[in-house]
Amino acid sequence: MNIAGHYSYAITVFLMMAGLFIVIARGNLVKKLIGLGIFQTSVYLLYIAPGKLIGGTAPILSEQFKTYSNPLPHVLILTAIVVGVATLALGLAIVVRIREAYGTTEEDEILAQDSEAERQKP
Amino acid sequence: MLEHLPALQVVLPLVCAPLIVLVRRAGFAWLLATAVSWVALVIAILLAARVLEVGTISYAIGSWPPPWGIEYRVDALNAFVLVLVAAVGAIVMPYARGSIAAELRPEQHYLFYALYCLCLAGLLGIAITGDVFNLFVFLEISSLSTYAMIALGQERKALVAAYQYLVMGTIGATFYVIGIGLLYLMTGTLNLADLATRLPAVADGRPVLAALTFITVGIGLKLALFPLHQWLPNAYAYAPSAVTAFIAATATKVSVYVLVRFYFMVFGQTLVFDRLPFGDVLLVLSVAAIVTASLVAVFQPDLKRMLAYSSVGQIGYITLGISLANAPGLTGAIAHLFNHALAKGALFLLAGGITLRYGGASFRHIAGLAARMPLTSFGVVLAGLSLIGIPGTAGFTTKWYLIVGAIERGYWLLAVLIVATSLIALVYVWRFVEAAYFQAPTHEAPRPGEMPPIMLVPAWLMVAGCVYFGLETSFNIGFAGHAADLVLRRMQ
Repeated sequence: MNIAGHYSYAITVFLMMAGLFIVIARGNLVKKLIGLGIFQTSVYLLYIAPGKLIGGTAPILSEQFKTYSNPLPHVLILTAIVVGVATLALGLAIVVRIREAYGTTEEDEILAQDSEAERQKP
Repeated sequence: MLEHLPALQVVLPLVCAPLIVLVRRAGFAWLLATAVSWVALVIAILLAARVLEVGTISYAIGSWPPPWGIEYRVDALNAFVLVLVAAVGAIVMPYARGSIAAELRPEQHYLFYALYCLCLAGLLGIAITGDVFNLFVFLEISSLSTYAMIALGQERKALVAAYQYLVMGTIGATFYVIGIGLLYLMTGTLNLADLATRLPAVADGRPVLAALTFITVGIGLKLALFPLHQWLPNAYAYAPSAVTAFIAATATKVSVYVLVRFYFMVFGQTLVFDRLPFGDVLLVLSVAAIVTASLVAVFQPDLKRMLAYSSVGQIGYITLGISLANAPGLTGAIAHLFNHALAKGALFLLAGGITLRYGGASFRHIAGLAARMPLTSFGVVLAGLSLIGIPGTAGFTTKWYLIVGAIERGYWLLAVLIVATSLIALVYVWRFVEAAYFQAPTHEAPRPGEMPPIMLVPAWLMVAGCVYFGLETSFNIGFAGHAADLVLRRMQ
């Protein structure tokens, strides 16, 4: 197996795991969203990198060109980027509202406030 | 016109959302959302009738022929899901007028209806599309609108619940994209039917197995498969009542449909169940879901939370039917999508009515409820009976098929377990009966009396459905049996 030829996969998997780790390990709601962003972005790479052939061109029908790169992954990922932006925007908007309601963006402090409120209920 | 029904099914609700945002009037928004829900239901029923008559309908979006263009493909399986989603939407919308007006600030009303239209379009799109990436886009349309709708809840906990759901849901959707990305690398196609024909040639490759795992975990998160259900109880408990009823009855069910589609009609039974132990894993997780979630439900102090945990358990019954992978098991699983949607939809609608009158639905509020809200209480009892699976209710029919499926596999212990776990459901429904009928009211209701008719009638329509479809099973069991046949024929 050619490791050098697969380095894009190695980077993809590294980013994927790094993103997922941040989502799980961090307690700050904004940092979690950053991790989520990295995790989603790594998938863009998973699609785009295999679509490119070295020496390949855009799929233009012509005598000169024999190898073409696949344009479809780019189109798919354009859609996925839009989805990612929408998710991040909505997530941040919710974090802003959480900060207004709780005065903090730390997960453990929010949970502590919730259980405190639960205890004060009759 | 008629041949464009598959496109109209999704496009109409999708177009209504921006229209509502432009006009910004709550009354108009409600009228449009209700109208489009009923039109969607009519379209879904017409499509289902066509499917029964002529078989699978294929519709090429923009006239680009599949597998290159995006294909909308309606067969017995997703026609059933389309009818389910559209019917729940059509019933919940009239209810939403009363419930949303009471629970949300006036300036938020039109936004809710816009979000609802987006969610409806997304769910219908997931069900109807024959393209895996298109499915992802619809999954995210419905999920993003659901997160926002949950965040509309009155308590501040709704925000945290929406955030948690957003993180978990996005991880699930991203896992799904990774899975279909790997499939695309191996086969070069995104069309579901085309994937099914090309996959056997590369099924031994590790990327395909990784894809299967990623898709299982991703969709498992979306359908709240135990132990990936952590987002569900809070999301259901703190969302506005109409939202809870709508998503509890549709969102997880559509995800189950996606799982069935991938397991049986893309990867195929030989790969998923015979060569790999996905069936056994699913079986164990389903049983764990049924037992633990039902037990946890018994100890919840709040009706909505209790119903939410009960949902996790009921989804366990559905995945249990899938894991059996035989005709009765699948019929039970597919029919339970519908039967559970009816029962849980009815229960959440009624719980919303209790919240409206008492400012909450904890068992403290429910004490002595039967004297003040007799129709609501009786509705909860009837729908609860369907949840348990008492003969004469819709829930019984599916339990019956699940037991037959388990016995056909030779899993006698499992058949006993299905009956035994129904008793746990009996315990938590009995908790409601005891509080509502046998306890003296401890809490003075601010506005005693039944909920307004515009909310009570839709709720009772669903309750009546629980009984009607328990006695007249030609739609739920009949259609589900048809779908199961189609799914199993594809496997061979």
